[in-house]
Amino acid sequence: MLLVMILLYIPIIFLVVYSFNGGTIMSGWGGFSFVHYQELFADTRLLKILLDTFILAISSATIAAFIGTVGALFLDSLQNKKTLNTFLSLNNVLLVSPDVTIGVSFLILFTILGFSLGFVSVLISHIAFSIPIVLLMVLPRLREMDNTLVMAARDLGAKRGTILSQIVIPEIWPSIMAGFLLALTYSLDDFAVTFFVTGNGFSTLSVEIYSRARQGVSLEINALSALMFAVSLLLVFAYYLYTTYTDKKARLTK
Amino acid sequence: MKDNTRAKAFFAIPYISWLAVFVIVPIALLVYQSLTNAQGNLTLANFHEFITSDVYLPMAFNSVFYALIITAITFVISFPAAYVLSRLKHRQLWLMLIILPTWINVLLKTYAFLGLLSKSGLINQLFATLGFGTHNLLFNHVSFIFVAVYLELPFMLLPIYNSINEIDPDILKASRDLGAKPVNTLTQLVFPLSINGIKSGIQAVFIPSLSLFMLTTLIGGNKVMTLGSAIELHFIVTQNWHMGSTIAIVLIFAMAVTMYFTRERGKRK
Repeated sequence: MLLVMILLYIPIIFLVVYSFNGGTIMSGWGGFSFVHYQELFADTRLLKILLDTFILAISSATIAAFIGTVGALFLDSLQNKKTLNTFLSLNNVLLVSPDVTIGVSFLILFTILGFSLGFVSVLISHIAFSIPIVLLMVLPRLREMDNTLVMAARDLGAKRGTILSQIVIPEIWPSIMAGFLLALTYSLDDFAVTFFVTGNGFSTLSVEIYSRARQGVSLEINALSALMFAVSLLLVFAYYLYTTYTDKKARLTK
Repeated sequence: MKDNTRAKAFFAIPYISWLAVFVIVPIALLVYQSLTNAQGNLTLANFHEFITSDVYLPMAFNSVFYALIITAITFVISFPAAYVLSRLKHRQLWLMLIILPTWINVLLKTYAFLGLLSKSGLINQLFATLGFGTHNLLFNHVSFIFVAVYLELPFMLLPIYNSINEIDPDILKASRDLGAKPVNTLTQLVFPLSINGIKSGIQAVFIPSLSLFMLTTLIGGNKVMTLGSAIELHFIVTQNWHMGSTIAIVLIFAMAVTMYFTRERGKRK
């Protein structure tokens, strides 16, 4: 077990340690230095790609969360079990497909439509492969939901929109957020789909590292991964605080 | 809300159009491309070439073979590790520590191995000090398998851990009280009871292993060809989309077969 843990972390620690190396390659030790961080912050191309990657992730996750939730509301309203199962299996196609096939089939789609490849095509693709995961997070919550409250509201004369915004959405909000976060990580981590549907002008972090790594090692990338690792640590910590906080709140209100 | 057709249509339209445009149409296009030639005529020639040429079929078997090795190694590591993990005290913390590396970009982790395994890298330095001399660790089959195992390990470990964790501890206690050896408890109780976790672990590792293509270029030095890298080659380099689509269909077929063999059977409790 301990061995597994060590194995999992060696490459990450290795990257972080060498980001402080004064030398230029990932071996030998040229003394402690921040020189690669300076390089990183001077590399406007890489910083722009980093910013683009985050903008892409946040916007695709937001739109996917919206469409996925709307889709879950639709599937929840279906009475026929057979229709529901058909929709669910279609929903899962993109989740189980190898990312390479998703990438190439979207590439064919965009080419046939005459759609130019770039930020928009990547954004659309990321939305497309994030929708099913949001739906799978939201739907179970909708099914578990206690319907008496909705019925009571209807009997008291509440409009559909009011029921939706005052009762249903607050009830399923945590699962929408969970779906959003998953979509965010899918988008940030994706390489294969982006690789196929991006044109010359637009690049994400994964694609950029791929093309740089093919040319050889540069410690600037180490500095970048050290920063990314720090960000993920912070996110995990924030998520941990958020869940323990909502747990506590839930326990207090019950 | 359920009986109103207009409200229903409002919820249905975005989702159904997504299903149509990004699920059904892409698959149809892929099938169409694989069944046509450069002149746009319908033909089975691509599949015929796939089966008869001495390039594609061996490549596909090779890819399956590598994926099997990767899956087997991750399983051999994950099963005992998941079992140990389920008996630890601070399980949540350990779990978090296993999940955390999966949050790091895959390309960054792959990149780390370029440094670790390089000629003057850490591993070779270790070998040199131990007196084994330096070796060419990168750009071969072993490094490809090693890094793939590293990347896929959490996806095998987590489902197995989840299903082991659901086993009633009383059953394990009973087996111990009745005098079963730990090995027997593990093979005859824990293994069958966690089979669904193992199956989802196999799904989560085997299918991506067939399609990995950045690893074959960066770590495998193009010595390893997977179905994924063959698709990339046909779409990006040789621009033969028809053959590329054919390989993609084969990959989808391989995925369907894997899903079939690892589906959950019955609901025995």
